[in-house]
Amino acid sequence: MNAPKLRIAGLHKSFGTGERRTEVLRDINLDLADNEFVSLVGTSGCGKSTLLSIVAGLQDFDAGELSIDGAPILQPGLDRGVVFQSYTLLPWLTARQNIEFALKAAGYDRSACREIALEHLDLVKLSHSADRFPSELSGGMKQRVAIARALSYRPKMLLMDEPFGALDALTRHQMQELLTQIWEEHRLTVLFVTHDVEEAVYLSDRIVVMGIGPGRIMRTFNVGIERPRREEVMETPAFMDLQRDVHKAIREASKRPEMA
Amino acid sequence: MSAEHPAKAGPAPSSPSPVAGKATRRRSSGIGVPISRSRFLMIAVAVFVGLGLAWWAATGFEWVKPIFLPSPGSVAAQIAKLATDGTLLLDLQASIYRISIGFLLASALSIPIGVLIGSFRTWEAAIEPLVDFIRYMPVVAFVPLSILWAGTGDTQKFLIIFIGTFFQQVLMVMDNVKRVPADFIGLGRTLGLPDRKILTRIVVPSALPGIWDTLRISLGWAWTWLVLAELVAATSGLGYRITVSQRYFQTNTIIGYILLLGMLGLITDQVMKALEKILFRQEGHSQ
Ligand SMILES: Nc1ncnc2c1ncn2[C@@H]1O[C@H](COP(=O)(O)OP(=O)(O)OP(=O)(O)O)[C@@H](O)[C@H]1O
Ligand SMILES: [Mg+2]
Repeated sequence: MNAPKLRIAGLHKSFGTGERRTEVLRDINLDLADNEFVSLVGTSGCGKSTLLSIVAGLQDFDAGELSIDGAPILQPGLDRGVVFQSYTLLPWLTARQNIEFALKAAGYDRSACREIALEHLDLVKLSHSADRFPSELSGGMKQRVAIARALSYRPKMLLMDEPFGALDALTRHQMQELLTQIWEEHRLTVLFVTHDVEEAVYLSDRIVVMGIGPGRIMRTFNVGIERPRREEVMETPAFMDLQRDVHKAIREASKRPEMA
Repeated sequence: MSAEHPAKAGPAPSSPSPVAGKATRRRSSGIGVPISRSRFLMIAVAVFVGLGLAWWAATGFEWVKPIFLPSPGSVAAQIAKLATDGTLLLDLQASIYRISIGFLLASALSIPIGVLIGSFRTWEAAIEPLVDFIRYMPVVAFVPLSILWAGTGDTQKFLIIFIGTFFQQVLMVMDNVKRVPADFIGLGRTLGLPDRKILTRIVVPSALPGIWDTLRISLGWAWTWLVLAELVAATSGLGYRITVSQRYFQTNTIIGYILLLGMLGLITDQVMKALEKILFRQEGHSQ
């Protein structure tokens, strides 16, 4: 077996100190294989975002092991591209400049920046909006720029926290299709947080259900549905069965142990 | 001021459809109901004209003595006279010079300090409580002290303007910086940028529209502190002229200068707003 791309082993995380200390993540063990698309689902407050930002290096953790390609994760870095729910496009830069901003940070030289930026805008079908400012873009377009930006500097993996959470149903569907297309063509390791089970099933190779009180992994589902996937797949019995099972698992996982 | 946000008032959204008839009668007043731009301007101008007429009537029919309230004509004539003999220009020059230097000094110091304490908790702990403490000390009470320290020259004016604006600016800039979305900083960190670059490439540009607004608002206060300083101890400037005129019962000069100060404030405010629209036009309305 290949070594995992991302390894999370025995991870613990608490917030606060003394009386106010609350355990948010307990003994998280999760390996992501190279080019695997894994979704984290679970009830609100179970620690999905916390786990993701720990992997991003934006937050500390108390105990455990965290490594990417065998190298421990100590701080944020260019090997992990992050797509935030809030788009985070810098409003004083155009779509193209937002991507160039990341490329410059990654050390690309000026002429390469422009070329790569345009290439990635093309990838998310936004070539025509390269010189528009974020205030002139719709939510879906902004998120496409953010995805293009995160992909542009070729991180080893992509971390996405409810990237389509703020979008309307139709745009959301379009974004899901675009993301599967990009993923199927380019093959990336992705850790994806979502509340939308249909989205998780449609996009993922594996779905990890987290439980609450404290947050931990309760179940994992392998999504056996063949690729390439097109929208029609959502109507197949296999898809719908899995969706139902995941729903049920989330419901069970969200019962707090002390209340059971 | 009256014409605060004529742009925002915008044209009223067209009513859904006339077909719907009575059921969708358009409301023309009420909380937040938009009015047309021309209507906004009309009301604003009407208020000015109304007040002007009341003034004109009150003096024209001699309801009040001219020594208390001179007529609009007498005020205008007096200002015209001072303008032609050069007094007005000298007063303006002295005052504008003082406010420019005082305000620039305060801003040049408050912006970097505000950015620093808005970004780093250690600096905030060191500076914010102190600034908060000083800013509640009344500026007026510093006037005697400022004269003792700096005499009655321009330096004392700079000092009063500085004390009056700097401490407020620092806290407001800190606030502007703290409003920078946490995810923007997270973005910078995931791109591997060092703190210094996150500060200069993300935090400052992101806070800039807010900082500009802080400058605009504090510039308004700076006018007040300038005139205060000139009223108490000066040998030139708009505030000085007002004090001297009081000695000679030249109420028309006093009123003329007060109106002039109001106009100067309004003009600088509008200029700052116009610049804001140009400088930050791509950012939509501040996030
Ligand atoms: N900075 C913090 N300080 C203290 N507690 C925190 C902090 N951030 C998160 N928490 C707590 O940790 C728990 C997990 O939060 P987290 O945001 O990771 O949940 P989530 O699964 O992403 O929820 P959602 O689905 O609503 O986004 C919550 O109970 C939350 O209150
Ligand atoms: Mg979350």
